[in-house]
Amino acid sequence: MDAESLLLALELASGSGQGLSPDRRASLLTSLMLVKRDYRFDRVLFWGRILGLVADYYIAQGVSEDQLAPRKTLYSLNCMEWSLLPPATKEMETQTSVVKGRFMGDPSHEYEHTELQKVNEGEKVFEEEVVVQIKEETRLVSVIDQIDKAVAVIPRGALFKTPFGPINVNRTFEGLSLSEAKKLSSYFHFREPVELKNKTLLEKAELDPSLDFMDSLEHDIPKGCSDFPEVHPSGSILEDNGQCSGNFSG
Amino acid sequence: MGDPPPDPEPPSQPTSSSRNSQVSERRRSRERTRPLVPEELQQIPLDPQILRGSQEVLSNQSNLRGWPQRASLTPNENLVFQAEDPYVNPGFSAEVQPQAYLSEGRLQASHNASLMLPQLQQGEGNLFQQLESAYQGSPADLPGQFTMYQREDLPFSQGTQHGPYMRDDPTLQFSPSELGFMSFNMELPEPEPRELAVQNAKAYLLQTSVNSDLSLYEHLANLLTKILNQRPEDPLFLLESLNRTTQWEWFHPKLDTLRDDPEMQPTYEMAERQKALFGRSSSGEGEQEMEEETAETAVPNIMEKAFYFEQAGVGLSSDESFRVFMALKQLVEQQPIHTCRFWGKILGLSRSYLVAEVEFREGEEEAEEEEVEEMTEGGEGMEAHGEEEGDEDEDKATDVIPKPTWKPPPVIPKEDSRTGTNRYLYFVCNEPGRPWMRLPHVTPIQIVQARKIRKFFTGYLDAPVISYPPFPGNEANYLRAQIARISAATHISPLGFYQFGEEEGDEEEEGGAGRDSYEENPDFEGIPVLELVDSMANWVHHTQHILPQGRCTWVNPLQKTEEEEELGEEEEKADEGVEEVEQEVGPPLLTPLSEDAGNLRTSTSAGVTSTVLRTSTHPCQPPFSTSTPAARTL
Repeated sequence: MDAESLLLALELASGSGQGLSPDRRASLLTSLMLVKRDYRFDRVLFWGRILGLVADYYIAQGVSEDQLAPRKTLYSLNCMEWSLLPPATKEMETQTSVVKGRFMGDPSHEYEHTELQKVNEGEKVFEEEVVVQIKEETRLVSVIDQIDKAVAVIPRGALFKTPFGPINVNRTFEGLSLSEAKKLSSYFHFREPVELKNKTLLEKAELDPSLDFMDSLEHDIPKGCSDFPEVHPSGSILEDNGQCSGNFSG
Repeated sequence: MGDPPPDPEPPSQPTSSSRNSQVSERRRSRERTRPLVPEELQQIPLDPQILRGSQEVLSNQSNLRGWPQRASLTPNENLVFQAEDPYVNPGFSAEVQPQAYLSEGRLQASHNASLMLPQLQQGEGNLFQQLESAYQGSPADLPGQFTMYQREDLPFSQGTQHGPYMRDDPTLQFSPSELGFMSFNMELPEPEPRELAVQNAKAYLLQTSVNSDLSLYEHLANLLTKILNQRPEDPLFLLESLNRTTQWEWFHPKLDTLRDDPEMQPTYEMAERQKALFGRSSSGEGEQEMEEETAETAVPNIMEKAFYFEQAGVGLSSDESFRVFMALKQLVEQQPIHTCRFWGKILGLSRSYLVAEVEFREGEEEAEEEEVEEMTEGGEGMEAHGEEEGDEDEDKATDVIPKPTWKPPPVIPKEDSRTGTNRYLYFVCNEPGRPWMRLPHVTPIQIVQARKIRKFFTGYLDAPVISYPPFPGNEANYLRAQIARISAATHISPLGFYQFGEEEGDEEEEGGAGRDSYEENPDFEGIPVLELVDSMANWVHHTQHILPQGRCTWVNPLQKTEEEEELGEEEEKADEGVEEVEQEVGPPLLTPLSEDAGNLRTSTSAGVTSTVLRTSTHPCQPPFSTSTPAARTL
């Protein structure tokens, strides 16, 4: 949700029962402005909230000129002070995949995970229990990254690609018509394309290189995991991804 | 036999013009007679004379092109007149076609019933020619072709004179497809085999294709109408492309390039429905104000509660809360409700559910319950009877198959209304403005199974729940079971807000079941917020815990009722002493949350919502419970 249209977007996404109290909203508006100024972002987006046992994390992402470039992620516990998170790497993902359960809410908390590791001592090989400590911050980073890769969705036509490379916001995009908005093919995964190269030449011939440079939602497995439950009275549609329920994109 | 039509003439001789006059004469004559099925049958023996001539032509036909089948059948021509109206919708022509087809069938049936099908196919080709020939007839019959609703047994009474007024005739309100079978069966003592064959053939043609809503019938009707309108030079040669074009047009309606067709968008429909909500409420309010100043309505103050939940960061937006409020008001007006509470919203894949927790007034709901119980009891009686018969047969057989000793576990009876898990009734609707639907009571086995599975809700109450272990019921039952579990686990209140009544008997007398009712404590003073947040001992559950059995009060499943004892006397002695079920006990009502089982990560915790301290607490506000994040109870 763009910081500029935050209140409107929050209203639209409220159908799920998740919302923000008025004090949080007010503090978000103020602090996001400051973040934008300090980090010199082109746009600051309020990504959402991750619930923890003791406290909740509020996540924001800053976008520079190239829309598809990796974004900088910040988190805050009170919506006023924001801290930058390190970018996500593959090792983080494998490391944190063993941790299950809820977030604590304390960024310095460390999860302990005991692993059996084979240790070579001379000629003997025996297994030792090694306790691996995983920081909650790392886990936060990788979870945000996974959710983004799985669920971030953008309608077709909102971004376009120029021959120079950077991807820009399409200022003439007014939104999709109602009939188009219900089709899965008018939405793309907002990430580097994975399946685009695997398409046959025939399929590629129908695509427009300036608009269709990301994976469409049509070919997701399992089918129907991204579904559009209801049409809001104002005409907007909320997408609910079955894999990450609790993640909404307006 | 009825009166034969006055002009039976062999078809081979007359020219087209005279033929058409004959046709119109014949039509008029038939209008005078009563439009009954027997008349049609009578026409069949008459027609064979005519038909025999054409039969030869038919059988000799190898090449159907361009043959203006003068030897066509008069019944067909009549119908065909009506068929080729250019203004008739494809739907109408579909209805007209059956009649042409029927008589076609009759024709061949009279010839040889067993060769029906191949001749039917041939007959389709005949239709082309007959249509053409008939079209060359009097175009003045156009008004008579506005026969929107035609009965199959009235093919000959649709005359030119009646024209557009036929629509107003109440007896003609039924489309032939509806009456096709009924009319024959009502007026004929025994449907003749050819009638049946004709009906079967028609039913087969009317089957809609798997991929679309189009049936072969309609498609052929569209195609023929199109051909007749366009009158191409060599229709058979162009048949393929015409076929494709017709199919394409069915799915791509022609858009007017000058004017925009306003779409019936689903948003408009939704707005219409919700408008009804507002309209009714405003009129209701006016009446109430006149009568009483402070009327005790069962509808809770949703807006106030929504405000408090919003402070905690939970809840629906304000306009949605308002719509929910309107919808609850509507529910209270429709049903005899004593107390009502907005339980919450459950999200589903296609649609969501708004759930209202309701108590009926005394004695109101028992009528519905009895019907359901009667049905289930009838089923059980049948099953017992079946077992007895099975035993007898096996004794007689020489090779006795060993009987399996496994018996399904006894069915645990569900709890009575207003007790335990079925204490409240639940109504659901998908959106404010849609009708409220009542959920059935929950049975213990459903709760037990619901504990084992995790399924998304689709939003349709009658959707099946396909899972392993199999869930006994559809989505309505699954929803009800999950609502019961959520309610039992998460409805809490501050310590001291509710207390037990003083009239309760000893706990021992009730068999350790515990008290199951409570009342508000009039002397309750709020607990400071900090204390509420710090320790979970200050919050208590005020709903009964659900035992592993699936009920709130324990029932010994081995206790047999009287009926079962009569049937299974021999088996009882073997079983006794082998199984003894332990009584299940759960925590009594009003236990604090600190006694909840589970480690730190799955228990309940509370947090202060804002930095501003509040001095009083609102008792209806459950804190955030992490054990059931799937729904928020409001």
